[in-house]
Amino acid sequence: MAATDGLPEQNREDIYRHMWNFFHRLGSPVYFYRWAGKAIPWCWGVTALLLLSGLYLGLVVAPTDYQQGDSYRIIFIHVPSAWMSMFIYVVIAVCGFITLVWRMKMADVMARASAPIGAMFTFTALVTGSLWGKPMWGTWWIWDARLTSELVLLFLYLGYMALLSAIEDRKMAARAGAILALVGVINIPIIHYSVDWWNTLHQGSTVTKFSKPSIDISMLIPLLLMALAFQLYYFSAVMMRARSTLLIQERRAHWVRELPEVNAP
Amino acid sequence: MSEFFRMGGYAFYVWTSYGVVALVMTIEVIHNVLQQRREIRNLKRQLAHLKAAGSNGEHPHESKT
Repeated sequence: MAATDGLPEQNREDIYRHMWNFFHRLGSPVYFYRWAGKAIPWCWGVTALLLLSGLYLGLVVAPTDYQQGDSYRIIFIHVPSAWMSMFIYVVIAVCGFITLVWRMKMADVMARASAPIGAMFTFTALVTGSLWGKPMWGTWWIWDARLTSELVLLFLYLGYMALLSAIEDRKMAARAGAILALVGVINIPIIHYSVDWWNTLHQGSTVTKFSKPSIDISMLIPLLLMALAFQLYYFSAVMMRARSTLLIQERRAHWVRELPEVNAP
Repeated sequence: MSEFFRMGGYAFYVWTSYGVVALVMTIEVIHNVLQQRREIRNLKRQLAHLKAAGSNGEHPHESKT
């Protein structure tokens, strides 16, 4: 660092260094366990606030759709579920990549903890989609590109979880899971672009496209609030699962045996 | 108010959707709380075993879970 550098430069470097240190330390099981323990209640609080405001604006304030009537209100849980189902799979794939390249323990823990939550959101995306499709399309299910690729995602999650639990050796399981997650990640762009590539019954994107979203602001705001709520829900739930996973995997470690909650009467 | 619950005639589809999502999201949270408690209990039992076996560093019984 040059001594002649101005203050702003210095400050920025400090901020980068602090951020890097923070993420670096989160990679350590001890630090993660302690930090997540403190962060989880706050995360749940924010999740609850977002959920309540999103539900109120979406179910009470937002007007009835001129084409779909009130059935469209399923969008406020259907679309966030579908987004999370894809987001969490990408998280698992990225964790898999880190596991394969740097053998980082926390990456494997996060991937393991994420999978059941991702499977849950895939399930809710499919069920709510079906319950929306019946009144709008006249059918619970159709083998079109969007629905089929989302169903494939559910099987990818289930296969991933089955693979991890089938392999005894933790490191072997982590590597095998990482490879499966990385191969399966090609399904994500297929899901996203399926409505453009193929002629499907599923409606096209209304939010994630380059031009202005073709959804009214009074419906967009609750949708985004619910999406954020689901994101925060995932953070809270995955931290809880990761902490339990750490207690199992690190049960012989000193830091686990010295935890106050383990030594409390 | 009853207009709200009717959902313009789509009550079954809308409320079943919200119900299913609320149910699985609640089950997930309860499962996570119980799992954490169970792991803490397992560790306590393990530590008690270790202490009972003395401080010679032997691991008399390792729980698989």
